[in-house]
Amino acid sequence: MKTYAKPPAKEWDHDASTTARAGADPLLEVRHVAKRFGGREVLRDISLDVASGEFLTILGESGSGKTTLLRLIAGFEQPSNGEIWMSGERLDTQPPYRRRVNTVFQSYALFPHLTVAENVAYGMRVQGVPRAEIPPRVAEALAMVKMSASAETPPARLSGGMQQRVALARALVNRPKLLLLDEPLSALDANLRRQMQTELKALQREIGITFLFVTHDQDEAMALSDRIALLRAGALEQIASPREIYNSPTSAYTAQFIGQTNLLTAQVSGGTARAGCLLWPCAAPEGPATFSLRPEHIRLVDGASGGNPASCRFRAKLENQTFCGSTDMLEIVSPDGQHLRVRVPSRGILEDEVDLEFSAKDCVRLRDAGSS
Amino acid sequence: MYSRAYKLAISLPPLAWVTLFLLAPYALMFMHSFWTVQDNQIVHTWSLNNYAKLVASPVYVQVLLRSMWIAARVTLFALLLGYPLAYFLSFHAGPRKELLYQLVIVPLWVSYLVRGYAWKTILGGDGVLNGLLQFLHITQHPVEFLLYSPFAVVLTLTHIYTPFTFLPIYASLEHIPRNLVEASQDLGASPRATFWRVILPLSVPGLLAGATFAFVLTLGDFLAPILVGGPGGTMISNIVQTLFGAAYQWPLGSAIAVCILVLVLGLLFATERVERKWTFS
Amino acid sequence: MSAAAPQPRTKAGGLGIYAAAVFAFLYFPIVVLVIYSFNGAGVGGFPPRNLTLEWYRILFSDRAIWDAVLNSVIVALAAVMIALSLGLPAALALDRVSFPGKALFRRLVLLPLILPGIITGLSLLMFVRYTGQKLSLLTVILGHGTALISVATTELFAGLQKMDRAQEEASLDLGANYWQTFWRVTLPNLSLPLAAAGLLIFTLSMDEIAVTFFLIGRDNTLPLEIWGRLRRGMTPEINAISTLIFIFSVALILFWYHLRTRGQSSAEPLLAAEPESFQGKLR
Repeated sequence: MKTYAKPPAKEWDHDASTTARAGADPLLEVRHVAKRFGGREVLRDISLDVASGEFLTILGESGSGKTTLLRLIAGFEQPSNGEIWMSGERLDTQPPYRRRVNTVFQSYALFPHLTVAENVAYGMRVQGVPRAEIPPRVAEALAMVKMSASAETPPARLSGGMQQRVALARALVNRPKLLLLDEPLSALDANLRRQMQTELKALQREIGITFLFVTHDQDEAMALSDRIALLRAGALEQIASPREIYNSPTSAYTAQFIGQTNLLTAQVSGGTARAGCLLWPCAAPEGPATFSLRPEHIRLVDGASGGNPASCRFRAKLENQTFCGSTDMLEIVSPDGQHLRVRVPSRGILEDEVDLEFSAKDCVRLRDAGSS
Repeated sequence: MYSRAYKLAISLPPLAWVTLFLLAPYALMFMHSFWTVQDNQIVHTWSLNNYAKLVASPVYVQVLLRSMWIAARVTLFALLLGYPLAYFLSFHAGPRKELLYQLVIVPLWVSYLVRGYAWKTILGGDGVLNGLLQFLHITQHPVEFLLYSPFAVVLTLTHIYTPFTFLPIYASLEHIPRNLVEASQDLGASPRATFWRVILPLSVPGLLAGATFAFVLTLGDFLAPILVGGPGGTMISNIVQTLFGAAYQWPLGSAIAVCILVLVLGLLFATERVERKWTFS
Repeated sequence: MSAAAPQPRTKAGGLGIYAAAVFAFLYFPIVVLVIYSFNGAGVGGFPPRNLTLEWYRILFSDRAIWDAVLNSVIVALAAVMIALSLGLPAALALDRVSFPGKALFRRLVLLPLILPGIITGLSLLMFVRYTGQKLSLLTVILGHGTALISVATTELFAGLQKMDRAQEEASLDLGANYWQTFWRVTLPNLSLPLAAAGLLIFTLSMDEIAVTFFLIGRDNTLPLEIWGRLRRGMTPEINAISTLIFIFSVALILFWYHLRTRGQSSAEPLLAAEPESFQGKLR
């Protein structure tokens, strides 16, 4: 389905939702961009490409620099180093109002002194779009986000979700090449948030504009994106499709940030990896290595022996069993004292001792040992 | 995110105006204080003669001290009136808080002159108060000491500056999170202890700001002494005003003005430092 | 002293009486002033006798007073124009530009707010004389306008601080340049603080006397006209004009208060109603 351990950028997962619109040349190129505020380094040597029509999510904890990266692209901040290019033109030297990039702000930033329709018309007004052209485009944009009924309302009277839609229409009506979304759903409650995610994804597919989406919510990133760029303390940790970043994280940080995982510290020798009492076949180079093993990749089996040679079977003590609806989360301790988490389909209360198994292919070797 | 041109456009006009019409005049006053008068002409020879004259002459020092004494009393009275009022409004006024607050604001906005004049009509020899005293047969003859005395100046200025003192105190009291008061009570402090140990310390910045207002504004006042002060109520700014008016003694007047300025700025600097020490957020 | 929680009113009773006494002190002179404006027997004495509207009749036919009122209005309007048109860029600059000497600039702008008026007035007097100009209403306008930039700057700066910066970013993002953004977003967002500051400056200028005292030429403003008459002898006509000034001031405050509290959250309506300039945070 996809290549394994590939070099960063340029190619991504085509299997899920990506349309074939992606061109050969990237729409946006961020080249070695760094940003310092005073002496504080907020972004360090960021390079990434965004293809035309792509939905790229910049994911990271608060303080990872993701919003700063977005503001550099929008033009509200200047990079301390590096360049940003869009469609073969230098972008970072342009003032924000000359960039064919529009932003959906976290707080929406709707103009309180203008009505919904006037908010949407704002961009076209200031850019001198012929007057006759404006009302139909406003109507079209409001219809697109299902807000036609509120055209003459002041934005302060709208709910958060409705303001969100207006902010989207206000940005999209200008037909930007690239739409930046700064945690646009973070102010909404859980249900509305899921609904808006679905709509946002459908909208992006329909209009085919490139989306650059910033969030700290990994589930949201997984649900929406063609690719995810994971930022960590101002540096790019990994950029890949949701599937790849989940299944093949390159670092312990990625493995732990995106979903849950078990980190196994192992020694590889003679085609076998050994982590305490756990042994599995492994083609990695000799020496110490860290592996990520997802909780759902460990299975409950009957009996401690048997199974195929490409897997590892072991008996462990059950410390804790937590019911999570369709699954149970088990906390277990191997005979040599390794604590592991296991996710299995829900069942009744288990014995104190359980037999478990995982496949060698599910142990993903990580680039570094990680810190967290 | 703002362009260079934008920054220049918003910085230069106010900078230029303020430099020309504020900084330059202040500087001119400062320079005058080092110049001298010869044959009714100001001569641009630099000397400290004016300051020497101030220090040497007991009159100036005496009036300055009297002005500071009047300012100190006005400050004290304004605090004694303003603080309890602010405390009452902030913590005990209940639903009438807003109305009462506006009632304090109103006198603040009433013209200085109107209030000074009102006291003049009240305190005068044939004024309202004397009329009342005689009407009630408490006195047979008008009581003359009421008007044209330091007392009248202190009373009038206290009346004028109490709302000024009230405002910053009230603001700082309003900013005290109410859960701190509850926490203090929860920990067993009596209302009295809560006031002295929590509320008063947290309102120190407002208290200082209010006190500074009253002191500085009184010290520089020259209208109330003319209006209600009489000879005994003459203050330092009256001397400055006289030197500039009739006597045409700009350099000497400037020297006194500079002294007032230094005093005021020194006081502001000092209270600012203390205030910062008492600001905790 | 009792604490904040709802408590029996008696606990704060003593304090309440004290507060009432302070209110009485604050209002006593004003009440006297108003009553005696109807007193047929002059500005003093007790009780007021021969209640009459005569003083108001004299007042309304007093040309000099109304000329002074007109002068005051002209000065105040001009001062509002000057103070706002310089205070707005000054507030913007303090909010978003860093330049050498910015702290000094801030203090300098705000200085007339805390300095005794006599110092600002005399400095300007020397400056005007030094540049060979004649004293006139123009010099008074210059003095008021310059001194009141401080008020405009503090009020508008506070307004800017409350404004969502993303508003301007959104405008730039949508293709408006800095100029368009200023007119279409920044200014409309500041319309309430601008109106409130303008009203405040107008009122302060109408009442100003310390700076005016030194800069006045042949044409009097209202406070100086009254000042001159006080020295010549007092009649209840002055009470009458004072009463009108009082009513006018109260009307302006109510209007100003209305402006300041409009659109404010109800969480802190009281502080919202306070002139930033008077909060003691001038320095």
